[in-house]
Amino acid sequence: MMEFATHAWNALPAWTQLTVFSLVKIVAILVPLILSVAYLTFAERKIISYMQVRIGPNRVGPRGWLQPIADVGKLLFKEVIVPAKANQFLFVMAPLLALAPAFVAWAVIPFTDTLVLANIDASLLFILALTSMAVYGVIIAGWASNSKYAFLGSMRSAAQIVAYEIAMGFALVGVLMAAGSLNLREIALHQAGGLHQWYVWPLFPLALVYFIAGVAETNRAPFDVAEGESEIVAGFHVEYSGMGFALFFLAEYANMILISTLAAIMFFGGWLSPLPPAWIPSVPVIGALLGDGVHWLLFKISALLFCFLWFRATFPRYRYDQIMRLGWKVFIPVTLVWIALMGATMFLTPWGFIFH
Amino acid sequence: MSREAGRRERPTKGSRVAEIRNYTMNFGPQHPAAHGVLRLVLELDGEVIQRIDPHVGLLHRATEKLAESKPYNQSIGYMDRLDYVSMMCNEHAYVRAIEKLAGIEAPIRAQYIRTMFDEITRILNHLLWLGARALDIGAMTVFLYAFREREDLFDCYEAVSGARMHATYYRPGGVYRDLPDAMPKYQPSKWHDAKDVARLNSNREGSLLDFIWDFTERFPGYVDEYETLLTDNRIWKQRTVGIGVIAPERALALGYSGPMLRGSGVEWDLRKKQPYAMYDRVDFDIPVGVNGDCYDRYLVRVEEMRQSNRIVRQCVEWLRRNPGPVMVDNHKIAPPRREEMKADMEALIHHFKLFTEGYCLPEGEVYAAVEAPKGEFGIYMVSDGANKPYRVKIRAPGFAHLASLDEMAKGHMIADLVAMIGSQDIVFGEVDR
Repeated sequence: MMEFATHAWNALPAWTQLTVFSLVKIVAILVPLILSVAYLTFAERKIISYMQVRIGPNRVGPRGWLQPIADVGKLLFKEVIVPAKANQFLFVMAPLLALAPAFVAWAVIPFTDTLVLANIDASLLFILALTSMAVYGVIIAGWASNSKYAFLGSMRSAAQIVAYEIAMGFALVGVLMAAGSLNLREIALHQAGGLHQWYVWPLFPLALVYFIAGVAETNRAPFDVAEGESEIVAGFHVEYSGMGFALFFLAEYANMILISTLAAIMFFGGWLSPLPPAWIPSVPVIGALLGDGVHWLLFKISALLFCFLWFRATFPRYRYDQIMRLGWKVFIPVTLVWIALMGATMFLTPWGFIFH
Repeated sequence: MSREAGRRERPTKGSRVAEIRNYTMNFGPQHPAAHGVLRLVLELDGEVIQRIDPHVGLLHRATEKLAESKPYNQSIGYMDRLDYVSMMCNEHAYVRAIEKLAGIEAPIRAQYIRTMFDEITRILNHLLWLGARALDIGAMTVFLYAFREREDLFDCYEAVSGARMHATYYRPGGVYRDLPDAMPKYQPSKWHDAKDVARLNSNREGSLLDFIWDFTERFPGYVDEYETLLTDNRIWKQRTVGIGVIAPERALALGYSGPMLRGSGVEWDLRKKQPYAMYDRVDFDIPVGVNGDCYDRYLVRVEEMRQSNRIVRQCVEWLRRNPGPVMVDNHKIAPPRREEMKADMEALIHHFKLFTEGYCLPEGEVYAAVEAPKGEFGIYMVSDGANKPYRVKIRAPGFAHLASLDEMAKGHMIADLVAMIGSQDIVFGEVDR
């Protein structure tokens, strides 16, 4: 039987084998991703609950662990309502346009030194291109809904994402200057050697701007004016119900995880251990735990995601024009100054090694 | 060439398109920041508000008319439901109007109890306001913190009246009954074992006064917690400082009262200017704002919570030392004790008369107001000598405040509108009556 299977596999043309392999890999990335999104919503509700001296969901399943499954079940079976006079085609397309870039970007994320779906040279550019695509989903959703609230939300969102895209891009320029590469795997590998080698230290202002811009990009509190619950109710997705809403939700949380992953890779050494290699004992289990590995990446992602949730529980919401001011008048100048400083240091002074 | 022609045509065509008119948007009555059922028709230029048209009346329950068709005492419960977050203060205005017309005065202990519960109510109201306001601006944690404290205060309500919100505790001639010597306690359940319950009950072992005292010991620390989250928060300040400014003259002209008026810098508080109950015997300060913006109104209310805490403590101290009657002895107004009714024919008749016909008040008119948490809450009552009022007019502070929303919000953005509605502390129970 086994022999037959191998035989049949070898009989397939090479391109089919490649396609099947890639599909399996994609599923292997996306299924855990979707599951983490589901459980990120659960983690959010639980963590914020404990911050707010309450318990949070604890009814579905043991200690509420089946809550996300129940939520998905509910959303799946809800009616999808297309508002009267809405542009039906765009209305249905918008959630997909929001979701697709959030998923596709994972193609180039290196989970460890070798574990990456597509190790392309300009993966950072690829990511930048895709994250800017996400804004279309939001704009189209707001426009196609034929609702003033949704339209206001999408206008806010468009302006906000464009502003923060620039700050984010500049922050990444600093990273690629330091690493001399646009490849995420190489950027991470440049930070090898322990905690003190991470880019978060020499590029601290950029790391800060990147993370805050990331919060703004994903429309999370305190920058959630695009869906500002108490102002424009739910903003761009106010008219969506059932799966349409679920896809926006999925995209938002997938983006959160993506932003945290990128921050972990570019500023916190990705899958690399914070300990210098010399300190790691060659004991079987402890050595593997302390050494490099995907668990470090997961840990760093979780820590950054926790910050997202923490912000949400703590801060009031910015006003739309204040967000713009912060983006254009604070973040972009900060990144520009730091990039100029970096460039000058690297090429004109002997202290360029600070930035590698 | 044809291109050129097209270009030349454009100005006439374009000018028609470029003529951007303001657009109207409906805000509420189903809106998370509408604080109930406020409906606003907004005229917007982009996100900037040009004009606001508030539509009220969606929660109109004809309280005034209902009060005119019932014996006096049976309307006390309606007062709770007017401003349903400052229940006992509303009752206070109503029973004061009746007492004024009947020419009776409640015993001093009852007056102290009323003062204490007025202030507990003020804390209740300001806590809800603070939570809802922070939630409007996006800080959701304060809301749940505020509700944690409200829970304790509702327990006080429950201990004296049996109801957690709509107490009907104040009666003409005093209060329904004296403060209880024991607090209701938690029982072990599936969710709380004996150890948990012991912890929950630790401050409920003594009397209600001990429980309130324990609360007042903890409360200033809680207020510090809220202030840590908000007062110096840059985002909070950016969202509230300089937003919705009302000058003192305008505030007076618009009929403001309460924290809204004091936030604009007018030093006016009925508890100081026209003392009622025991407010002339307790020591407290009234905070006054400077700029009249949302931030000042926030600071005023937060400080009022601290001052209320101070008043409650003084009342608890007095009430501990001075037992006494809490209801007048006049059985034409106050029902006799059930024990007396068993033996005394007279008492039985009084009871029957009171609970069927009620009592008649002398002809005349009266206005009684209290400093409710939201401002001056007044009852104007006309009696024609019958057992029910001829006319009751309720003066709700929120109505005057809401009426000024257009003036306040002109030129601000939608997000500021939410902040302003929040700073007005509107409750539709009293606005729509």
